[in-house]
Amino acid sequence: MLWNALAIAIREIRRNITRAFLTVLGVIIGVAAVVTMVTLGHATTNAVKNQISGLGSNLLALRPGAGFGPRMPSAGVPDFSEQDAVLILEQIAGVAAVAPIRNASFSTVYLNNARSTNVTGSTVSYFGIHNWKIADGRVFTDAEYRSGAAVCVIGNTVKKELFASENPIGAKIRIGTAACEVIGVLSAKGQAGMGDQDDTIVVPLTTIQRRLLGKTSNHDIGQIAISAQDGADTTAVIADITALLRQRRNLQPNQDNNFNIFDTRQIADTLSSSTKMMTSLLGAVAGISLLVGGIGIMNIMLVSVTERTREIGIRLALGATAGEVLLQFLVEAITLSSVGGIAGILIALALCGGLSLLIQLPFVFDAQINVTAFFFSAAVGILFGFAPARRAARLDPIDALRHE
Amino acid sequence: MNAIPPRPLISLERLTKTYGQGDAAFQALRGVDLTVRAGEFVAIMGPSGSGKSTLMNILGCLDTPTTGSYRYDGIAVQELDVNQRALLRRHALGFIFQGFNLLARTSALENVELPLLYRRLPRKVRHEKAREALAAVGLADKHRNTPSELSGGQQQRVAIARALVTEPRTLFADEPTGNLDSTTTGEIMELLSKLNAQRGITLLMVTHEDDVAAYAQRTVHVKDGLIASDRAHAA
Repeated sequence: MLWNALAIAIREIRRNITRAFLTVLGVIIGVAAVVTMVTLGHATTNAVKNQISGLGSNLLALRPGAGFGPRMPSAGVPDFSEQDAVLILEQIAGVAAVAPIRNASFSTVYLNNARSTNVTGSTVSYFGIHNWKIADGRVFTDAEYRSGAAVCVIGNTVKKELFASENPIGAKIRIGTAACEVIGVLSAKGQAGMGDQDDTIVVPLTTIQRRLLGKTSNHDIGQIAISAQDGADTTAVIADITALLRQRRNLQPNQDNNFNIFDTRQIADTLSSSTKMMTSLLGAVAGISLLVGGIGIMNIMLVSVTERTREIGIRLALGATAGEVLLQFLVEAITLSSVGGIAGILIALALCGGLSLLIQLPFVFDAQINVTAFFFSAAVGILFGFAPARRAARLDPIDALRHE
Repeated sequence: MNAIPPRPLISLERLTKTYGQGDAAFQALRGVDLTVRAGEFVAIMGPSGSGKSTLMNILGCLDTPTTGSYRYDGIAVQELDVNQRALLRRHALGFIFQGFNLLARTSALENVELPLLYRRLPRKVRHEKAREALAAVGLADKHRNTPSELSGGQQQRVAIARALVTEPRTLFADEPTGNLDSTTTGEIMELLSKLNAQRGITLLMVTHEDDVAAYAQRTVHVKDGLIASDRAHAA
């Protein structure tokens, strides 16, 4: 019975292909809009997540001062000591690695090329905590760290600016007043929210303290990067570190923290939840256009029932039951809207492919939204096809045959 | 079951049909008694508004009587519901209309196939039977043509093929030649007479032309909702 209805429906659709196309145009556009919006939204969410996690896995960044964001230079707030970093690694449960960090900006020169670059002094753990991969050469050794050797690992931007296509490994660059040998090049990470991550030079902490900053500067460290163990409860880890540091910094119970801990995972969650919300919002707006498309189907199907009254009369006279006429019109509506749904999905996939190339987002095929959009469009056919189908089925054969 | 031949195929007793209610009520049929035996060719004549179309619709199971009884092949039709009447039409009755009532933009073959779709026959069987029916009405070479590409006489032949394809026991023809010229009328009537004679199909035909009615074996005149005369033609 269903096959039969499908055969009759397809025959009717083929008979007036232009009308069929105009009928489903709304559904095609609606489905294409929903799928495109949601797919691009997911791609954006993924891109944000990847960028944040590129900063470091389970990274907790410990900084002096009461919170991040625009704030006054924290005058009088003490920096951290290397001992703080050692104690955090030894005493706090759930901490996988710790890297004390001292940042400073220096002019760097190689032959005739010069630029001002942020130089980071840290331990070998720094590379792992911040997800840095080595593209070429090596990182510094423990021996080089202990001795404060004049070696450096450069970021991809520094390599391009100073060396162009030349092989930098083994070359000596001048950082501030000291000459350092380039021993490694970092893999490119690209742009993040806070600028070019690849415009960086990493040296042993001992090197920046002894050779670059000079004896007059203080040798405290400005930041401690902490990597939590996989699956560790970062909230508990943050609480433990806070307690330890309050004690180390002699803070009284009535005093606020004069340091802050920045949890990248939390930031990633916040950012991705806001892009997800944006996706849902765009999807909902596009969903309204799908609804309008459904109403378009209903409108044209209702007109077509009137137009085809005589045809319905003929079918009834030839022995079609009211149920078969209902099924025919319902199946016609569902077939139209499903075909429209498939067309919409194909258009959306082409559109997403093109747009993701254009705005350089990785294209993520999401089966769920495509399947959902398809079934939704079929449901639109059932919902908006039912009223016209029932009207057709209720026609009286004699009246229908007399209809002009 | 059919122990006593020739049992009447159609029998109407005190059949009435009233449209509307109360003061606006209009009685189209006021007590019709009629018997038709299998294999008969009956012409129904009468002026406009006489009730002949109402009678035809009730006989064709498209409409129901208000009172009285209608037995078709022993089935009490007035007791059937709308679906049972549809199934009776599907399996036993065929229709030919004045306006042909073919589906537009649909080939002759597909038009003829239509009733077989509702019988759920496989595609191959449908095509075979539809081609046979078209050949029987002399349109074997026109099966691809749509109604707009056929003359009036050819369209009516397609409609006849569509009525024949299910091999119905009874064929109802509502002014089958009303839209045709006299030459074509003759051809169509010859075809209908042949079907009646060769296949034993019972034929009930509404017409208001005497020379068309002359093809039938019996003419029933309807007037003011009653049967005014009922006479067999001389052979």
